[in-house]
Amino acid sequence: MSLWEYANPVRFIRFTDRVLPPLAVLAVVCLVVGLIWGFFFTPDDYRQGSTVKIIYLHVPATLMAINAWLMMLVASIIWIVRRHHVSALAARAAAPVGATMTVIALATGAIWGQPMWGTWWAWDPRLTSFLILFLFYLGYMALWEAIENDDTAADLTSILCLVGSVFALLSRYAVNFWNQGLHQGASLSLDKEENVADVFYFPLLVCIAGFVLLFVALVFLRTQTEIRARRTRALIARERAA
Amino acid sequence: MMPDLGDYAGAVLSAYAVSLGLIVGLVVLSLWRARRVRAALDKVERRGRRT
Repeated sequence: MSLWEYANPVRFIRFTDRVLPPLAVLAVVCLVVGLIWGFFFTPDDYRQGSTVKIIYLHVPATLMAINAWLMMLVASIIWIVRRHHVSALAARAAAPVGATMTVIALATGAIWGQPMWGTWWAWDPRLTSFLILFLFYLGYMALWEAIENDDTAADLTSILCLVGSVFALLSRYAVNFWNQGLHQGASLSLDKEENVADVFYFPLLVCIAGFVLLFVALVFLRTQTEIRARRTRALIARERAA
Repeated sequence: MMPDLGDYAGAVLSAYAVSLGLIVGLVVLSLWRARRVRAALDKVERRGRRT
């Protein structure tokens, strides 16, 4: 059984129809458990007080915002190299999910930043590259909508995705590159000294798992929708030509 | 049951409200569009079978 078999739209829909319900249930369970655990059963931070509870939304949303774009990059490269329609449609399906995650990351960051930094926004390297990533998401979605021919749209959006990947990576590593600005380093680290305390870490891991599962479930559902929408357009075009 | 959020209650609660609102909105929109597109495809396929 090869991964490429799922490039067949019928097989992809059959497979995702089977895995979507358990995936969605698991996502909801992880999100509910993680958020309740984090919100109700973790202590305040000694410096940041109760605002530390925002970490359970901010960090998973940020991770997903960056990784959604990287998933779109892989799907776009597959489209460019192998011309599988499902991969181009999966990239298209992931964009609104990634954009929503970016908005959540920016909004929760601003809400968290106001009491901690004394400002909603600063032109800090990480914040700025993240804002540019959000603009790339908007541009990517607009480009798909603007072009009538699906294959041309997939070609052009794939190129845009390649360019935007620079900002996706930059928003992850900006702090390391410039080592300046208001935003602190990564919350999650393999170095125990740098990583958040265990009391925050474990509920955070559950929330991250919930966000990842939610992302996968939504991308599966939305890719199915894009496949059906494409088939509808093709059938209507055939009717008109007849 | 509700933890004491102190001076930052507004910030914490608004962060949760905005995030959960956006997530629920995204899920509802995705399901709504999935249903609409599936119905449209069924309609076109039925029409195709008749002709």
